[in-house]
Amino acid sequence: MMLSKGLKRKREEERETETLAGDAWWLDPSLPAAAQAPPATASSSLFDLSVLKLHHSLRQGEPDLRHLVLVVNTLRRIQASMAPAPTLPPVPSPPAAPCVADSLLASSDAALSASMASLLEDLSHIEGLSQAPQPLVDEGPPGRPVGGSPPSLGALDLLGPATGCLLDDELEGLFEDIDTSMYDSELWAPASEGLKPGPEDGPGKEEALELDEAELDYLLDVLVGTQALERPPGPGR
Amino acid sequence: MEQSYVVAEKFWPLLRVLFLAQEASIKLRKHFFPFSPLWGFEPQASPLDSIKGPHTSTQGLGPWCSPTGSPAPLSCETGCGEGSWILVCRLLVPTQVSLLSMEEDIDTRKINNSFLRDHSYATEADIISTVEFNHTGELLATGDKGGRVVIFQREQESKNQVHRRGEYNVYSTFQSHEPEFDYLKSLEIEEKINKIRWLPQQNAAYFLLSTNDKTVKLWKVSERDKRPEGYNLKDEEGRLRDPATITTLRVPVLRPMDLMVEATPRRVFANAHTYHINSISVNSDYETYMSADDLRINLWNFEITNQSFNIVDIKPANMEELTEVITAAEFHPHHCNSFVYSSSKGTIRLCDMRASALCDRHSKFFEEPEDPSNRSFFSEIISSISDVKFSHSGRYIMTRDYLTVKVWDLNMENRPIETYQVHDYLRSKLCSLYENDCIFDKFECVWNGSDSVIMTGSYNNFFRMFDRNTKRDVTLEASRENSKPRAILKPRKVCVGGKRRKDEISVDSLDFSKKILHTAWHPSENIIAVAATNNLYIFQDKVN
Repeated sequence: MMLSKGLKRKREEERETETLAGDAWWLDPSLPAAAQAPPATASSSLFDLSVLKLHHSLRQGEPDLRHLVLVVNTLRRIQASMAPAPTLPPVPSPPAAPCVADSLLASSDAALSASMASLLEDLSHIEGLSQAPQPLVDEGPPGRPVGGSPPSLGALDLLGPATGCLLDDELEGLFEDIDTSMYDSELWAPASEGLKPGPEDGPGKEEALELDEAELDYLLDVLVGTQALERPPGPGR
Repeated sequence: MEQSYVVAEKFWPLLRVLFLAQEASIKLRKHFFPFSPLWGFEPQASPLDSIKGPHTSTQGLGPWCSPTGSPAPLSCETGCGEGSWILVCRLLVPTQVSLLSMEEDIDTRKINNSFLRDHSYATEADIISTVEFNHTGELLATGDKGGRVVIFQREQESKNQVHRRGEYNVYSTFQSHEPEFDYLKSLEIEEKINKIRWLPQQNAAYFLLSTNDKTVKLWKVSERDKRPEGYNLKDEEGRLRDPATITTLRVPVLRPMDLMVEATPRRVFANAHTYHINSISVNSDYETYMSADDLRINLWNFEITNQSFNIVDIKPANMEELTEVITAAEFHPHHCNSFVYSSSKGTIRLCDMRASALCDRHSKFFEEPEDPSNRSFFSEIISSISDVKFSHSGRYIMTRDYLTVKVWDLNMENRPIETYQVHDYLRSKLCSLYENDCIFDKFECVWNGSDSVIMTGSYNNFFRMFDRNTKRDVTLEASRENSKPRAILKPRKVCVGGKRRKDEISVDSLDFSKKILHTAWHPSENIIAVAATNNLYIFQDKVN
C-alpha cells in the first residue's frame, strides 16, 4: 500500500491551504475544530481504517507486535473520543464491524495459534516446550493464571464481547476430515464438558483445571519427550 | 508411566483442545496461505544476460570514482556545514541469482568489478536492511532481505593510486541466514538480516554478529593467502595415495595463493526469542552481548550458545494488557553494567545490571511530556522510538521517533537537551501516512566520530545531518540521477507551502517508497554510508 508519489495533485495556492486544513480534521476533536468535515464521521472512518489494519495485522502468521500494539492503542483513543459525543449513535459505525471482526478473528489462524502459544507459555514452567530456554532465571513471575488471552482477544474487547461467531460453512468443511476418534476414545473420557475450543475459553479453563504444578511439570515432561522427537534439530544443536 | 496416565486424564480436556486446535490451525493456514509470499519474487533477467551485458570486466566500479584531485586529509572536526559532501562510490551488491552462477569464482573481489547491476536487475532480496562500519572503519558490512551479508573493504592507500583511497570494494559475501520454518507454530521465519554488529578486532580475523528475527550468529571472516603443498598421503588433487607407492617423505610447505576470504559461522545463538529480535549490542567487556525482541532482552556469553540470561521482561501476565513493546536497546560504550532500551511509547529506560538480575526496574526513566498543542490520534505512533544510540563519549543518548531526532543528557530525565525536526512538513500528512503504513517506518540515526554531528534518513532518498555546535543542518539526496562521481552534493530543500522555488521539491511530490532507513558513519573520518533500497552510497567530506 505504498504511495509512489504524493497523494494530492498540483493546484492553486488557495485550494492548497484549504486542503491542508481539511487534512487536519483528525486532530483531537475536543479542540475547537475549524475543519470542514464534522469530527464524528471523520473519526469513524479513521476507526474503520484502524479496524482494517488490525485485521490485516492479525491475519499474518506472526503479527508484528509493535504494529499491532500501536494500532490497538490508536483504536482505543479513537473509540474513547467517539463514545461521549451526543450526536453519535450509541454504538458508532462498529455494529457492522464486530460481527465481521469476530467471525474473521474466530476463523483466524493467528488467533488459534496465538492462543495456543500463549497458553503453552503460561502452562510450561519447563522451558523446553516453549521457544525460550531460560534455565538460569529464577525470577519468572510466579503463579501466572492459566489461560492467558492472546492479543487478538484484547482487540476483540474493543469491538464488543466475543460472541464466538460460528465458522463459515465453507470453513466447517475444512475440518471435516480431522480424525477426532483418537481424542474421543473411552480411555480419555473428558472430566468436564465445560470447555469449547476457541480463543474465548480463558475463564472456562481456569475453573476446570486445578493447578498442581508438580503434576503439570510431570505431564509436560512427557509431552516434551514426544515433541522433541517430532521437531527437527535447530541449527545450534 | 502410570502416574502420567492419571495426570493426563485430569488434563485431558485441555490437551484435546490443544491437539485439535493445532490440526485446525495447520488446515486453516494451508487454506488461506497456500503460497508463501517470501519466495514468489522473480528476477527480471536471466543471470547469463547480466554476465554478458555491457558493464563487465574493464569498467570496474565505473566512472564514478575517477579521481579529480587528492582529497585533503580528513578530520572529524569539520562539521557538516563547512565541508561539502561528495559521492565516493555507489555500490550495488551482486544479486542473489547471479551469485549462484558464479560459484566457480572464489575470489569475491572480482565480483563487484566484473558485473555491475543495473537497478532493474535487482530482486527484492537485495534490499539492504542494515549497514555497519567496523571499529576501525576499514570494513563496512551490509545485510539484506535475502539473508546475505556483504562486507566491503576500504581501498588501501598505495603510492600509485593515492586518489583511490576512500573507495570501498567487495571483500566477502556470504549467506548468513536462510528462511526457516517453525513447526511448532506453523510459521515461516524470515531470513532478513535485522542487525549486524562488529566485534573489536583481537587477531587477524574479523568477527561480527548478524541476526534475523529469531537467531543470532557469530561469523568469523578470515583471509587465506597461503596454502600447504606437498602432502605425503595425498596427491595434488587431494586424492589419497597408495601408501605402498610412497618411497620418500617430504615436508609440506606453505606456498602463496590468490587471496581468499572465507566466512565461517562460529556460534549460533538460537531458540531464545519468542518475539522478533530488533536489536543486538556488544558489551564493552567483549565477553557478552545482548539481544532484544519486542518484550524481552537476553544477555549472552559469546562462548555459550545453549543458554542466555533474561535481563528484561515486559511481557504482561495477561497479553490483553499489552500496550507497550521494546523497540531498541544498546549497551553503554564504557560501562559494561549499563544499557538503555526504548519503547513504542516514546520512553527510554537506563538499566543497571548490578542492581538486580532481572532489570525490570530502571535506574533512569527518560520521557518528554506531551505537547498539548500537537496532540492527535497519532501522537503515540509518532512518539514511538525507532532507534536509540549512545554517543561515543557515553554522556548522551540519541533517539529517533517519526518526525524528530532528540539528544538526551543521561543526567536529565525529564526532557531532551536538543530536538531536531527531520521532516516536520509531514505533520499535516499523518493521516495519509497512517493509511499507507509509512507512519510505521523505522528510521535509524547515527553519531559522527566526535559526537558533533548527527545524521538520519527521510523519504525521497533524502537524508539529513544536524551539526550540534553550529546548529546548522543540511538535506542531501542519495540517488543516481543527481549524483555525478566526485561532484559536490547539492543541498535539497522541501517547500511546504507558498511559492515553490526552482530547486525546491514540494511535499506532494515526495516519493514515499524511497526511504533511507539505514545509514552509518565512519568511526573517525567523515565518510558515510547510506543505503537506498539495494544501493549503497558512500560519501565523503571534501574539505577545500
